[in-house]
Amino acid sequence: MRILIDTFRLPNGLFVTLSEDHTAPLAAVNLWYHVGSANEREGRTGFAHLFEHMLFQGSEDVGSNEHFELIQRAGGTLNGSTWLERTNYFETIPSNQLEMALWLEANRMGKLLPAMTQQKLDTQRDVVKNERRWSMDNQPYGTWWEKLPALCFPPEHPFHHSLIGSMEDLDAASLDDVRSFFETFYRPDNAVLTIAGDFDPTQARGWVEKHFGPIPRGTGLPPMKDTAMPKVFGAWKREVVPDNVMLPRLFLAFLSPVFGSPEFYPASACAAILGMKKGSRLYRNLVRERQVAAEAHAFTYDLTKGSDLLVVDVTGRPDIPAEQLEQEVAREIDQLVANGVTADELERAITLIQTDFVLALQSASERADRLSMFATYFGDPSLINGLVDRYRAVTVKDVNAFIRERMAEDNRASLLYVPRGNSARKADAARAAEVA
Amino acid sequence: MSGTSVAPSKGKRPKALSPRPYAFPRFERRRLGNGMQLVVAPVRKLPIATVMALIDAGAVCDDAGYEGIASLTCDLLLEGTLTHDGVQLTERFERLGASVVTAADWDGAAVTLTALREHLAPAIALLGEVLRAPAFPQREVERLKAERMAELLQLRAEPRGLADELFSRFLYEEDSRYSRPEGGSEESVESIHRADIQQFYESRYRPGAVTLVIAGDIDVEDAASLASSAFGDWTGVAPKAVQSTFAPARRERALHIVSKPDAQQSEIRLGCVFLPRSHPDYHAAVVMNAVLGGLFSSRINLNLREKHGYTYGAFSHLDWRRQAGPFVVSTAVQSEVTAPAAREAISEIEQFLRAPISEDELSLATSYLGGVFPIRYETTDAIAGALAALVRYDLPDDFYDTYRDQVRAITAADVLRVAKRHLDARALQMVVVGDLDGIREPLEALGFGGLTVYNTEGEVL
Repeated sequence: MRILIDTFRLPNGLFVTLSEDHTAPLAAVNLWYHVGSANEREGRTGFAHLFEHMLFQGSEDVGSNEHFELIQRAGGTLNGSTWLERTNYFETIPSNQLEMALWLEANRMGKLLPAMTQQKLDTQRDVVKNERRWSMDNQPYGTWWEKLPALCFPPEHPFHHSLIGSMEDLDAASLDDVRSFFETFYRPDNAVLTIAGDFDPTQARGWVEKHFGPIPRGTGLPPMKDTAMPKVFGAWKREVVPDNVMLPRLFLAFLSPVFGSPEFYPASACAAILGMKKGSRLYRNLVRERQVAAEAHAFTYDLTKGSDLLVVDVTGRPDIPAEQLEQEVAREIDQLVANGVTADELERAITLIQTDFVLALQSASERADRLSMFATYFGDPSLINGLVDRYRAVTVKDVNAFIRERMAEDNRASLLYVPRGNSARKADAARAAEVA
Repeated sequence: MSGTSVAPSKGKRPKALSPRPYAFPRFERRRLGNGMQLVVAPVRKLPIATVMALIDAGAVCDDAGYEGIASLTCDLLLEGTLTHDGVQLTERFERLGASVVTAADWDGAAVTLTALREHLAPAIALLGEVLRAPAFPQREVERLKAERMAELLQLRAEPRGLADELFSRFLYEEDSRYSRPEGGSEESVESIHRADIQQFYESRYRPGAVTLVIAGDIDVEDAASLASSAFGDWTGVAPKAVQSTFAPARRERALHIVSKPDAQQSEIRLGCVFLPRSHPDYHAAVVMNAVLGGLFSSRINLNLREKHGYTYGAFSHLDWRRQAGPFVVSTAVQSEVTAPAAREAISEIEQFLRAPISEDELSLATSYLGGVFPIRYETTDAIAGALAALVRYDLPDDFYDTYRDQVRAITAADVLRVAKRHLDARALQMVVVGDLDGIREPLEALGFGGLTVYNTEGEVL
């Protein structure tokens, strides 16, 4: 199974990937800007994400919220998302509407600023603050998104700070910030565009040239702060978070090889062996056998600079003290370090990774997003076609070498959520008396 | 270039080409000798297929006092058979690269797996073993019960799930199965024993109550032959349909505040009992919901999010079930603006019932619903899910072929008629999970309806 890929670059630097597939009359448009929270300046945490919201507030030829309306009226779906190293925008539309989607993306890449107003910024600031409350502050364990990178990366590191941003920094964001962020980062030579699905390649290329061609290239990017990280933390870093939660939950992170490097694949396979689905080690041993956990997962952040993180995420049973949960997980990791993995475990993990990958590729939107990812990070979308082979080439020896180097006690960071007694219940009882 | 007007000019917008044809995948229905149904949709895009075994054994089949048994029974299928324990089963499925999930909802139970074509034959054989010979090991029964208890405990601290659960509880009358949690409560799950599960299984998991849906890279004959060898000699008589009540608890509005002192936002749920899935007004209702609160550009979201910045999002949802499920508006808002946000949501519903929607709103909804249709069915699991809905709700075989025409035929008058007839604004129930001190007085001042205050257990304070 190979995905058809054709690429070209416009004179203004925009890198374009076309991937035809005519099984259904639809097309996915996917644009990655190589900018994320890691590019934010001091005092402006959360700005990359707030800026993503502003991109839906119209441009010179598009009214406020009209981007959403035009795509939905065309019978399409759309969204955007922000991550540490990139921001993406995407639409899936009926194939006869492809030019509309391209025009909309080009219009905001070329002519966003005339549409920006203080009122729009203020409203989106409120929306984002509510997004922060909804996804983090008012959600059990929600703060892990902020606390784990802060624990793992030193304060001056671009991955250290909050992606959603602090309330203070969100308050400080101004229209001047919008202008300079746009002019610096939202340029064609800092973006990649992918079109996947049902289209005529000559026609699609014509539309891309017509709509994106006139957009001027950027004047260069500011130097990125140093992202270098050691291979290991050097000691076990710990943070205990008493919180309004009912069950203890442990996030155990390891510095691991960056996404896309040859050493990444054994690390990723190791995460699957540990925590992918019910046949994984942690599920089998902690949830099923020892019954100390209610859930167990493991995953990688897929960061491409400095260091990636491999994270084990285990939620305890109600009767298990948080400290015991941490010991139980640590014992599993110690076992792994002492004895390594088996060929059977590796085979299971690789087979599941392969099936999941094929499943995802059914959707034009997922295909386009992965092509954009490989194009943005490595300049080569065709890496998608070698991905399964790279996993298939991983040996038990590779995985065990990763484990010995990266999973010992000197490379662990644990974020442990501890239920804060029965405070909530007591408060309720007190209030009950008051109301009665 | 022409002028420099600030208002967006519509002239520059690209025109759509003529649409390319689309057809929902062809499928064929068969029946095995033992009464089990087979629905197969050959889809040859990638070398994979989704196989879904649907059992007419959803939560509505739970006996009173044993709520949660449908869900436990379904999940326990993967925890051991007469020949393999749970670890071995998991290992076998996963070595085939097959991700298997079990889930029971209100109207049915389902075991679903997706696998590469080369692994389909052994995967379906294993699925046969799981459905026909589950062992319900005592240890696994206890473990899954304990996991459900942990889930329920977590719900007390999780405002979204808590608001959803309590909205259902206050919406339907007490005897209704819909008023109790789909997966059961602490008390009901506690009272379920292995023998009850065995009995539930034996009466409900019979070939006449099972449909096997297969969508993907396989032809009908091959699918039929795999189904026959896995299920052909399974016997047993299908049980009768379940009788229950699904009436609303109240005929008048009521306000339910759930006190959560640490809350930084208020979770609001506002709605009423609506329609069963098979109702002839289905298409008009879907258009109604899209305009009122279903889309990003819907009235409710544009008002609460884009106009006022009260929330990250505000949406309405029709929860389709065999019996009348809820219409519900859901949003999470900053505590200080709880009452104004609730007022705006109520007013959008009231306003909706007063006048027909504009042609612009209508065309946005109908072209959206028609256009996204092919996007919804790109994957084999989505196609299998669509076919499962045909079976579950007794829809006509041409439902998906006629869907887009039906939606496009809906008029603004249809939408108003359906809203007026079925969206009972006088009986709206509002649940707010939030910090009581700050929100109680402003909410009461809305004059919405009688107030009751509860703790996070749902007990009246």
